Amino acid sequence: MAKDSRLILDPLGDDNPITIQVLGICSALAITAELKASIVMTISVLFVMGAGNVVISLIRNIIPSKIRIIVQLTVVAALVIIVDQVLKAYSYQLSKELGAFIGLIITNCIIMGRFEAFALANGPWRSFLDGIGNALGYGLILIIVGFFRELLGSGTLLGFPVLGDPIAKTGLYSIGYENNGFMLLAPMALIVVGIIIWVQRSRNPALIEDN
Amino acid sequence: MEHIELFFKSIFIDNMVFATFLGMCSYLAVSKKVSTAVGLGAAVIFVLAITVPLNWLLDQYILQEGALAWLGEEYASYDLSFLSFIMFIATIATMVQLVEIVVEKFSPSLYNSLGIFLPLIAVNCAILGGSLFMQSREIATLGLAFNYGVSSGIGWFLAILAIAAIREKIRYSNVPGPLRGLGITFIITGLMAIGFMSFGGMLTGGDEEAKEETTAQVETVQEDIKEELANNDNTLKENE
Repeated sequence: MAKDSRLILDPLGDDNPITIQVLGICSALAITAELKASIVMTISVLFVMGAGNVVISLIRNIIPSKIRIIVQLTVVAALVIIVDQVLKAYSYQLSKELGAFIGLIITNCIIMGRFEAFALANGPWRSFLDGIGNALGYGLILIIVGFFRELLGSGTLLGFPVLGDPIAKTGLYSIGYENNGFMLLAPMALIVVGIIIWVQRSRNPALIEDN
Repeated sequence: MEHIELFFKSIFIDNMVFATFLGMCSYLAVSKKVSTAVGLGAAVIFVLAITVPLNWLLDQYILQEGALAWLGEEYASYDLSFLSFIMFIATIATMVQLVEIVVEKFSPSLYNSLGIFLPLIAVNCAILGGSLFMQSREIATLGLAFNYGVSSGIGWFLAILAIAAIREKIRYSNVPGPLRGLGITFIITGLMAIGFMSFGGMLTGGDEEAKEETTAQVETVQEDIKEELANNDNTLKENE
């Protein structure tokens, strides 16, 4: 039982898919200019990872190893189509904003990586936990990056102004604070993730790479 | 002209790595040495040049709404675009497999340099991303789709080549411990992306000026009309 809980807890910290395993970077960076998009992306990946890991783990003994990549891609693509259709039905605006990046969950390396490394060798329940754990670890970084980029970039969280009104000059803006629009642009996502890695490795020196 | 514009736009302005973060995983994992980076970059150009036009054909003649009209009138109302993810990824996976077999057969030397990277490419987001962006940007012709594939491949190649060269040199620098390896690579990529943003005005610069002129003209015209109206009012009052 203790081992099972580690499957969920490890990816949240010292075995984080983004900062340690370097998987799934593409979408982590592209859609984090807003907290809302980060949360939707996290939920989508949570669903695809959990369900995908279970499916692959159930059929792991009948997949011929030569064509396993194609089988895995087909399973993920089917799950992603479900996510895409649900988003289009219930949150069309957001699905437009995320655009191609929902489709890119298919080639999100985190999913293929966990299929290869875990689901092909373990039973469904443990694979499910592993999928949920890794998706949560991925989502954690996404939400941290999204939080800082939206807060510093547009002064809002989930669309609600939290630092005051920049036009009426209330709240923080009354003492001369300005939004840093640069945070919304692509390069700052990379730098924010770089800083997260820096903080994490300073706190746990065992993770430091030797050159 | 259209071709040249798309070519430079996909390489510099919409660079896959710096503007849309496609293919970051392999970009970070395979950029430790320049020689391997060149191999992977070449493979990406090659595969993009094949899969983007192929997927364009699929999109135009099978997936889009009304695309099946060539089969007969009763098929004209079908919209299969929800299948595009699975069709695109299947095309990519099979094409990669096919290319691997063909290259192995006809050009063993090319196979030796590209070979180990080809399986990696099937799951590279840059390849699927190329097709998906081709679809969402509504590229108009087959030629442009081919152009888009090649030029985004070249953009990706440039990016991985540059970061690999920098990483080879940075080994001799004294980077703070916790930033070593992954952390500093992220920050360098961020700085390079800021550099690439300066290409943003390269193609649109002229257009924006022209637009400003036209809006200015519109404003002056409006002012003229207001003056005329005011004058008319005045003359009317005088007449009264």
